[in-house]
Amino acid sequence: MKVRDIQSEFNLEIAAGSKGLDREVTDGYCGDLLSDVMANARRGNLWFTIQSHQNILAVAVLKELAAIVLVNGHRPDDDTRARADKEGIPVLLSSGSSYQLAGRLYTAGIKKKDE
Amino acid sequence: MGIIKEFKIQSKDFVHAGEGSMDIRNTLKSLDLDADVIQRVSICAYEAEMNVVMHGGDGIISMSQDETGVVIEVMDGGPGIDDINLALTEGYTTAGVEVQQMGFGAGMGLPNIVRNSDYFKIYSEKKKGTYLVMCFWFNNRIGNECRGRLFTLWDNHKYNEVV
Repeated sequence: MKVRDIQSEFNLEIAAGSKGLDREVTDGYCGDLLSDVMANARRGNLWFTIQSHQNILAVAVLKELAAIVLVNGHRPDDDTRARADKEGIPVLLSSGSSYQLAGRLYTAGIKKKDE
Repeated sequence: MGIIKEFKIQSKDFVHAGEGSMDIRNTLKSLDLDADVIQRVSICAYEAEMNVVMHGGDGIISMSQDETGVVIEVMDGGPGIDDINLALTEGYTTAGVEVQQMGFGAGMGLPNIVRNSDYFKIYSEKKKGTYLVMCFWFNNRIGNECRGRLFTLWDNHKYNEVV
């Protein structure tokens, strides 16, 4: 499933990085500690977080994450948007919690094959 | 093994933080190297770079590569680490509240590096700085040794010339 499909199905607002909407989503990860995400997120993950500063883009690029979803109504600042556009990594917004969104993603069958 | 890339890291500069690691990753990707090695190098380079941004004085990150693997070296002219064993302990941090609220400084940086590198060594001297070397091999034939390697960043700079 592509980022675009999840964005539309979950009705997520696109804040930036729209040129990456065709990236493939393989699984999800929830985390607000950047080192934890560096250690445990995997390529193609949709990352749910409350961190909205521009350093999240470096993490997403280095880990080859599919997209970032800012949860609980958090919004990116201009620097974060600019960085997301530059890197082509979608930053999507939701008023829902990580738990709710990850639950929906999991139920939709987006998860690692062995789970 | 010559230096392919060398970047300056500015202390407390969270705007450009991670750019050295991203450039290293892009370089390795363009060389079409093993994806697992690129992933491990990316994690370690980023953690080491962020440590300099958070704790160090200004510093340098370098990457060299040949047919056997990749070597990352990071050096800063910061305050040095009080107790390296403590710093290597998962969860231990000296980061301030502000940095922690950004999701950094969870005490996972050095443990992540240890876990993801094939060889890791850290040297630190109070009021002089900290030097890290991390090696990543394309296969296991070298093991967790760096014998006979040239550490170019160290040889070229030492602590004194970093800042």
